[in-house]
Amino acid sequence: MSAAPAKPILDEEEARLARARRIDRIGKWAMPALMLIVAVIVWDRIVVINEIPKYILPRPGLVVETLINDFGTLSASAVVTMQITLMALAVAVIGGVGLAVFFAQSRFFEMAFYPFAVILQVTPVVSIAPLIFIYVDNRLVGLLLCAWIVAFFPILSNTTLGLNSTDHNLRDLYRIYGATRWQRLRYLQLPTALPYFLGGLRIAGGLSLIGAVVAEYVAGTGGIGSGLAFRILEAGYRLNIARMFAALLLIAALGVVIFAATSLLSHLLLRKWHESAIKREI
Amino acid sequence: MSPAYPLPIPPLGHRKPLLELGGVDKVFNGSVTALQGMNLKVAQGDFISLLGPSGCGKSTALRLIAGLMRPSSGSITWSGGQAQGDLGVVFQEPTLMPWATVAQNVYLPFRLQGRPFQEVEDRIARALSLVGLENFHKAYPRELSGGMKMRVSIARAMVTEPRLILMDEPFAALDEITRHKLNNDLLDLREKLQCTVIFVTHSVFESVFLSDRIVVMAARPGRVSAELQVDEPYPRSEDFRTSARYAELCHMTSDALHVAMGEHQEAAE
Repeated sequence: MSAAPAKPILDEEEARLARARRIDRIGKWAMPALMLIVAVIVWDRIVVINEIPKYILPRPGLVVETLINDFGTLSASAVVTMQITLMALAVAVIGGVGLAVFFAQSRFFEMAFYPFAVILQVTPVVSIAPLIFIYVDNRLVGLLLCAWIVAFFPILSNTTLGLNSTDHNLRDLYRIYGATRWQRLRYLQLPTALPYFLGGLRIAGGLSLIGAVVAEYVAGTGGIGSGLAFRILEAGYRLNIARMFAALLLIAALGVVIFAATSLLSHLLLRKWHESAIKREI
Repeated sequence: MSPAYPLPIPPLGHRKPLLELGGVDKVFNGSVTALQGMNLKVAQGDFISLLGPSGCGKSTALRLIAGLMRPSSGSITWSGGQAQGDLGVVFQEPTLMPWATVAQNVYLPFRLQGRPFQEVEDRIARALSLVGLENFHKAYPRELSGGMKMRVSIARAMVTEPRLILMDEPFAALDEITRHKLNNDLLDLREKLQCTVIFVTHSVFESVFLSDRIVVMAARPGRVSAELQVDEPYPRSEDFRTSARYAELCHMTSDALHVAMGEHQEAAE
């Protein structure tokens, strides 16, 4: 809080703590980077020492080479997968939050429809997907639907929990001041639910990518497939393992980007007031 | 700064009626009697303390007056009817919205009346300066100490200049020093705003220092056991807190409280 004294007295324990903090700060990014490099080297050595042919396990260098050479097709596919993922996530947010708000408005509505949401969630999407592609002609809509089924539940359940977590005294206060249902929702319940919703969003971001990829697999290589999952299937048929890895790398990268983006959003929205985003002051 | 009601509060017995509880009962779940036959006439300018052990129904009485529950029987009547903004409430916890700044928290009663912020900005600023937080408009509740949060809560309760302010053990969770400071400040505020307060507490000292009427309540079933008047004129200062008169009044109140608790000692143990 206050300015540091002119001659700081650093006792032994504080000095040790300061050193630990410095090491911690460097380690935070250095450790994962180092381990990644080590893992790639180990991978490369294993392939070389055991003389594994490239149609079984390619060397990491070859994967990167393929990624660069095929970047045109692969990046176009990545864009398609990303589009489906983001659209599914958007629909999941609208559907999840919308349903949660309805649930919060009426206990009976919640009692009636919550079981459907649970059933939809616990049934593996791989097993529903074939049915969806039978009933839904439009392939894009089918893909969206699959990804949505996987992604919307964490948003629904977290937001429902958040909307029901309002402080009881605040709720009393709103009643005393004669707040309307809409005012209570807008000024009390939605802000209370925000951290819960953002937690759900982070999970849903990853899940919608999984949903999009799984749906593409199920939809198969027929039709106008061009997403990353389709590229993986296609490369698998041609025993182009390096290309499979390259596509996989892109999917992983998409997942990381989505996670980072949702984490950043969460941080920006909560940094001012929520415990989770506030650095502890000692 | 002009006070809300320019006329000074007349002495007890010469005040206009504000609210009347007539034979109010509250029975929970058809079996637990929380409050039995409570009669209370609240007049404009009263500072009433509801004093009693836990389970005496003082919080129930407050919730009934706040309109958060309806009496099982009996009536609660506002003279001239009750309008939105007639009531301000301070709970035991500050009960602030953590996502909103101090000014936005104080704005809440107006926001729920549908009034735009710009229109009431001056009143919010005035309420905040009255509780000594004029430099904290943009702060978030987590940045404030317990006592400061309570001040925001008090500013929010009085920003609409309500006819009645209800306080439910607002300083119980604060340390002694902060509590004394807030007691003094609360009396200052009353002087400036000429407001009517019903204050729930389990502290004899607090009730004597603050109020001009003390309603002593007994438990199981919750009911009014005695009413005392504190005839010490306002403004009261630290001198009053250390005076012989104060000690005497505390003694009397304490005796009344013991009578109230003694009646049902076995039940209370």
